[in-house]
Amino acid sequence: MSTFRRSPAGAATQEPNGMSHLLEEYARVAGESAVDHLRQLSTPLEGMKVVHVNSTRVGGGVAEILEKLVPLKQELGIDATWEVIEGDAEFYATTKSFHNALQGNRVHISDEELRHYEEINEANAAALRPALEDADVVFIHDPQPAPLLGLMPDRKGIWIWRCHIDVSHPHRPVWRYLRDVVAGYDASIFSLAAFAQDLPHVQYLIPPSIDPLSDKNTELGPDEIDAVYRKFDLDPDRELMLQVSRFDRFKDPVGVIEAYRLAKKFSPGLQLVLAGGTATDDPEGMAVLNETEAAAGEDTDIHILLLPPDAHRTINALQRAADIVLQKSTKEGFGLTVAEAMWKGKPVIGGDTGGIRLQIVNDHTGFLVSTPEGAALRIRYLLHHRDKLVEMGEKARSFVRENFLLTRHLREYLTAMVALTGKAEDRIEL
Amino acid sequence: MPKRKQDGPVASDGGFAIKDCALAAIATGRHAQNLKELRDEIETIDPACLLYHFWAGLLRPIFDDPRFNNGFARWVFQSLHNQPLAERLSVIDPTDFDTPDGLRRELVDVIEEELDRSEVLPWTSREQQFFFIRSQIVVFSTNRTIHDPSELPDAVATMTASSIFYHFIDARRRTPNGVDDFSTWLTDLQDVKYAQLCTRLAGVDPYFKTLLEIREELLEVFNEYLPA
Repeated sequence: MSTFRRSPAGAATQEPNGMSHLLEEYARVAGESAVDHLRQLSTPLEGMKVVHVNSTRVGGGVAEILEKLVPLKQELGIDATWEVIEGDAEFYATTKSFHNALQGNRVHISDEELRHYEEINEANAAALRPALEDADVVFIHDPQPAPLLGLMPDRKGIWIWRCHIDVSHPHRPVWRYLRDVVAGYDASIFSLAAFAQDLPHVQYLIPPSIDPLSDKNTELGPDEIDAVYRKFDLDPDRELMLQVSRFDRFKDPVGVIEAYRLAKKFSPGLQLVLAGGTATDDPEGMAVLNETEAAAGEDTDIHILLLPPDAHRTINALQRAADIVLQKSTKEGFGLTVAEAMWKGKPVIGGDTGGIRLQIVNDHTGFLVSTPEGAALRIRYLLHHRDKLVEMGEKARSFVRENFLLTRHLREYLTAMVALTGKAEDRIEL
Repeated sequence: MPKRKQDGPVASDGGFAIKDCALAAIATGRHAQNLKELRDEIETIDPACLLYHFWAGLLRPIFDDPRFNNGFARWVFQSLHNQPLAERLSVIDPTDFDTPDGLRRELVDVIEEELDRSEVLPWTSREQQFFFIRSQIVVFSTNRTIHDPSELPDAVATMTASSIFYHFIDARRRTPNGVDDFSTWLTDLQDVKYAQLCTRLAGVDPYFKTLLEIREELLEVFNEYLPA
């Protein structure tokens, strides 16, 4: 187990106007009123102990969100911490199976695997008990630590299960097991209405977000963008398409290569970058990377980059360098890379699935596609209609500013906390 | 602990308290894949869902065809491809009904008529089902109160989109007469010189526009009737 505590609650440096540095920076990007709303919402929560629990400190969207969400809560006077459970390879293989099954794959999880999953949670519960039993609000992220609730009979606070996965059509035997595990929570949070399930508690709909101030999304100078062309042997004078995602079959990297090949017939200079990393809780990553490399063959215009989890500025520069960004997932909990690219003014061609649908307004901020052929057609269209490409990119950035920045995300978490701890119903007046 | 109350815009000193708001969406777990299912769900769904699908869309940037101005109409058009029904659903004005049940009855009647006429029942894909959502509204103070109607143009000019939503849209389900907060405050002042302004405000159609467009129209009205 490891605990993350950036600073003691309420100890943030205050400016003369009463606003901390971090909050002031967000006010500059998202607007003063957005930060003022956060301050008002956090007033009834001041001093509360809030614990987030997930299964990885680095890699993947959940860790990236918590890295900023927790310090922001602290700056708002909430005693927020972030705990990470620990497991062995067998545990992560099982939780990966959970992930795949919840996204609809017909995966069998044996009784023995389930027993081990529960044992690992028992071991983590022993270490986390003081923090979790004492907390006013506990957020458990995804299935990995979900059994912790049942292992804390003396808990005093509100427990919320935050599901980041597309569970719209789960493999039923696995969902039946998990449903029993999560039904006892006081509330759950899903990214989309389509993911909500038949559960005996309130289910909030809170899409995740990107952090506009993080290394991955902050503005970059031209030097840093030029540097990635040189570093990865890319030609700045030729068209570049990019997909950034973990090497995971649901992200369909092989489908992206097919789309690239279909489009390249009409844009012979086209280059493709598939940039991904691995997460410590994803044992399938290397196998999918090998499949992707095999599909790329000897094509020197396909660049498969295995980047370390902290290569945020590199990813930022690649997204800014690209003409078009793809996220051709066949299943997607949300797909933060879509909002990241849109924030950089890029139209995104995304799989017509899950949270991607919430971000791409078809024909306005990008295109939703279901096949490599569909993706190839949209790539050709955008590369030959540069004015449309620019117009869509501008709409995309504005759409993200309105809907997918961290301040909106935090506001909705705080709203749920205020409603649940105050037993409020449909109107909360601050 | 936050207060829970329903009130109008009038501050304790008689001024107009400018507020702001945000919605938190809550899934109901109920959904529809065809018109019969939509009707059956509307028959029994929480009234808060009806209001959410009529109004909450205004708090998001609009890219879709603005002819269809509520969630039911949009889904019928986009997923069931039934334009005539989408048009009939679009003309339903929730403020015409004193209670959510009146609105519910009207929706069900319009859908029933279509079902009576239809020989086939179109289904949408499982990916394009209609999901019923309700919301909690959080109301924020802005610490700004105006005391004279002549201050309205300046105040409205700097309001956020969500503040416009609170005072011009949400007010309709919160105030006794189902009107916007500006009209409620001006009427409370009991000065006949504002009667025409209130009539003009009633003519500002909250459908077919984004909240920022509504703000511009309100600004024009206030500038016309409340010259500096």
